[in-house]
Amino acid sequence: MVDIPESLLRRSAEAKAKALGVPVEQVLAEMKGEGPAVEVPQAEIVEEAPFPDEQSRSEPPAEQVDDPVEEAPPSTEEVVEEVVAASPSSDDEAFPSAAAEVEERGPVAVEDKPEDSPTAEDHGTDNAKVAGLVSPRPSVPPTGLPDGVRTQRLLTVVKARAIQDVKPEPQDKVNTWPHLMLVEFGALLAITALLVIMAVVIHSPLLDPANFNATPNPSKAPWYFLGLQELLSYFDPQIAGVTVPTIVGIIGFMMVPFVDRNPSTRPSDRKFAILLYSIFISGAATLTILGVLFRGRGFNFSYPWKDGIFFDDLKDWVDFE
Amino acid sequence: MANRNGKTGLRDRIKETNDKLWSSQVVGAILRPGSPFKQGYSDSPRNRSYVVMNNVLYHLHPVKVKRHAVKLSYTLCLGGLSFFLFIHLTITGIFLMFYYTPTAELAYVNIQELSTDIAFGSLVRNMHRWGAHLMVLSVFLHMSRVFYHGAYKPPREFNWVIGVVLLFLTLLLSFSGYLLPWDQLALWAVTVGTNMAGFVPVVGDQVKFVLLADVEVSAAGLLRFYVLHVLFFPFIIVIFMSIHFWRVRKDGGISGPL
Repeated sequence: MVDIPESLLRRSAEAKAKALGVPVEQVLAEMKGEGPAVEVPQAEIVEEAPFPDEQSRSEPPAEQVDDPVEEAPPSTEEVVEEVVAASPSSDDEAFPSAAAEVEERGPVAVEDKPEDSPTAEDHGTDNAKVAGLVSPRPSVPPTGLPDGVRTQRLLTVVKARAIQDVKPEPQDKVNTWPHLMLVEFGALLAITALLVIMAVVIHSPLLDPANFNATPNPSKAPWYFLGLQELLSYFDPQIAGVTVPTIVGIIGFMMVPFVDRNPSTRPSDRKFAILLYSIFISGAATLTILGVLFRGRGFNFSYPWKDGIFFDDLKDWVDFE
Repeated sequence: MANRNGKTGLRDRIKETNDKLWSSQVVGAILRPGSPFKQGYSDSPRNRSYVVMNNVLYHLHPVKVKRHAVKLSYTLCLGGLSFFLFIHLTITGIFLMFYYTPTAELAYVNIQELSTDIAFGSLVRNMHRWGAHLMVLSVFLHMSRVFYHGAYKPPREFNWVIGVVLLFLTLLLSFSGYLLPWDQLALWAVTVGTNMAGFVPVVGDQVKFVLLADVEVSAAGLLRFYVLHVLFFPFIIVIFMSIHFWRVRKDGGISGPL
């Protein structure tokens, strides 16, 4: 339950003290749960404020009414009408406006005062509205009270906020044109320029015509398969040629989002995943570099600075010097 | 319009013709509303939206994107670069197809002609080859970027799976093109590569036979690799790329947390 502001509590206590004819401080202490219970002549009703919001008006919450007369839970309009009806001395001008106020703004404080019937605006505050209910006894006035005096009790303070968020949260967005498309266009130009420069500077290799009878030494796969070829020289072909690329490479990578159940995307929360992937990358890069640069005749280890580079993809580049 | 002498100057005439052309019905029919090339385009939020919305680009990008998503340092544009490289490779590949015959007798000669005789042949062939290597690299780097950002997490799991398929298809595209020059490098690199495929248990020999149309690399294998390279794999990869791009938008945009 929301903390009740001191001013509201005090106003409520004053009204109650006035009705019961006891000092305000005593009622206030009881309301705060500090003092002894004030002797109330007759048990008051109302546990719950029956003022639903716009959304929930169709099905009002069941309210507990210990008055045998009022069996059925009244709807908001009915309650307001009762309040109006229960005020014999009320000004006819004031209460319809209060009822309209209830319809417009949802929970408000409906206070029943003897002589000068106020409008609901006087009781609503800006950020909090009191959902209270008078306990009208039109037929049986409470004993020991002056005629026409009503008591009230603060039930709860409801924040003036809708139950559902109707508007989406605003997001910081920019127009795709030009903010994204210019960047993409720049990237397109940059990659085209890079390709043209590469194409001018490095020539594609074209060796002797294909000859089935002359196996070059060494025979190397395309560079992206050289890591695998490197593995093949260490392990049984069944393991390196099949299990590693298909199981780990394809199936394993497809399963990554279903294995990694950690919902966080922050690097500090995913140290293990990042470590694992980094090991994979550095392993693949090491194997590929080994296969490209450090494998010579017979696919044996060689030093590129001593025996030369056996990588015909970059033949033009390598022979350049 | 008239100048001091009461005659219409050349510059005015050009301007007049230009205005007439760009406000003509023909140009108006070609350019959708909001096109920056349309007469009287003004830089307003409405027109900026139209540029994307009234355009084939709307299939790729929404009208607005999150501000942090357009930061180059976040994505490094790697996915986009992979796509650009694919377009590069398609264009240069179509050029090369005009001069190439996938037969054992002519393939090598054609590549020699491309490298020496044909205008821009060497340039385009080099661009195609280096572009292919760059595409393998950029697709792999794109995957790494996505992994390090944890961008494969829900609701984007399926797009990661599609991405793995795309990486695999990229490798296959590059590998199938490797044989086409029909020189010693191509022949023996593909021999080594397809021998690896032959190590697949149970169906290894069958996979190898499907790829090569023979038990070893041969003229039939050259034709097969050619058709796979210029038709089959591009066809498949375009389908998967379409799903990939569509899911990027459906799953919440080009980058960043949702």
